[in-house]
Amino acid sequence: MITAERKPLEEIIAYVRPFDRILLVGCNECVTVCAAGGRKEVGILSSALQMAFLKQGKNLQVKEHTLERQCDPEYVEELSSMIDGADAVLSMACGCGVQEVARRYRDKPVFPAVNTTFMGASERQGVWAERCQGCGDCLLGITGGICPIARCSKQLLNGPCGGSTHGKCEISPDVDCAWQLIWDRLKALGLENRYEEIIPAKDWRTGRGGGPRKIIREDLAE
Amino acid sequence: MKTDSVLEKVLSSGKLAVTSECGPPRGAAVDKVKKKAEMLKGVVDAVNVTDNQTAMVRMSSFAAGVFLRQMDLHPILQMVTRDRNRLAMQADIIGAYAHGINTMLCLSGDHPHFGDHPTAANVHDIDSIQFIQMVRQMRDEGTFQGGAEIDQPPKMFIGAAANPFADPFELRVARLAKKVAAGVDFIQTQCIYNLDKFEQWMEGVCARGLHEKCPILAGITPMKSAGMARYMKNKVPGMDVPQELVDRMAGVPKEKQAEEGIKICVESMQRLKEVKGVAGFHIMAIEWEQKVSEIVEKAGLLPRPTV
Repeated sequence: MITAERKPLEEIIAYVRPFDRILLVGCNECVTVCAAGGRKEVGILSSALQMAFLKQGKNLQVKEHTLERQCDPEYVEELSSMIDGADAVLSMACGCGVQEVARRYRDKPVFPAVNTTFMGASERQGVWAERCQGCGDCLLGITGGICPIARCSKQLLNGPCGGSTHGKCEISPDVDCAWQLIWDRLKALGLENRYEEIIPAKDWRTGRGGGPRKIIREDLAE
Repeated sequence: MKTDSVLEKVLSSGKLAVTSECGPPRGAAVDKVKKKAEMLKGVVDAVNVTDNQTAMVRMSSFAAGVFLRQMDLHPILQMVTRDRNRLAMQADIIGAYAHGINTMLCLSGDHPHFGDHPTAANVHDIDSIQFIQMVRQMRDEGTFQGGAEIDQPPKMFIGAAANPFADPFELRVARLAKKVAAGVDFIQTQCIYNLDKFEQWMEGVCARGLHEKCPILAGITPMKSAGMARYMKNKVPGMDVPQELVDRMAGVPKEKQAEEGIKICVESMQRLKEVKGVAGFHIMAIEWEQKVSEIVEKAGLLPRPTV
């Protein structure tokens, strides 16, 4: 999923300060799962903002609404009945959701209330970690199901650097060495020989190197 | 011979090669480069010029290397994949070669986390093994990594690093084998303090015959003090300093510790000379270049051969 973290309240306050009526929009997808911008977080932020402004003698009106999926025009359309009653939109979705709202409602200022961080998985309750960088040409089939692009600090494709110590990355004892994980997994699979196959220089065109990406499915596109 | 590299000539003569390094200054202080270079003249066969070492901005390896070349020394252009993409790297390789630099070292580089620009993006368009492949392709096939022909290809003698002390240890011989398969011509190792472990790694290397395909220069760094020994043991990732060495340094009075450090270093070199597969030494006397000639002499490696 796409993970996010709420921005500091002060930053959000600075965005909405010029306005009296805010439409605060959550998303029921990834940001709900990672507890950053779902219905619950929309409620908490709404109260926090109203309290903060009340202390300064301002009665901020906040209309709360959580969409099924904020990156989908079909659901974003739902906001059309509420949009005129707001001076600005504060979105708790990932960057995709924020941009979809901005695209649909051109004359309405839209501000992000979360920082979109990475594509990751939940490691345990309350902990998420990066797993994928969407390079567009998946290598997991040859790296034992562990991604060196997303999980090695130097995105090395051919093995661990000289800083791998006791299974940890040189940048922090809190970061696993991706190549230690890959090696352990190749061993568990009996595929140690696979390690010595050189992975050639990557074609980054399928990633960000090729410019903004788009998928067009001829069989589905209208 | 694949190249005009003096290091290649010394290594193929079968004599033990000696290299050292020169860290460029953090500014345009040319005199500092020249002063360090002067101390190494006639003492070593070639001099590594580091590339933004420890992720701190310094005079470029290329520019400092040109100064060394002008002084008739033989620079080894270090280059890291951290700061440049494949276009910039190839451009600098051609430029350096055009200035008479024919030996280089392909590295991935320390993470920006350790340096003075922790907010910088790290590039890592290619990794150190793909880097070796690229330089080899430029030399042997006369083409750029992208496939186009090069007008007067750079003929680089290609080096890389190996750290026998990093984890997972059991993968370290295979990692070297991968660099050899990619086309590396010589290896300089991480500083060796744990000689037993180094010998164990070399046994694995020799068992696969890798030492015959690629000469290995043993990395040596003299310790100036017990404090430095402790720091290297505890703080530098991928460094293996046995406690007994720290104790030995701490066991002599402070003013004698530098001397003890040199002594340890020469003793290590004497032992390493006997290790099968060791083709020479890479002496990294960090900001202590004035000691290199003494170390090389005490290790019985002077005068350097003329090739």
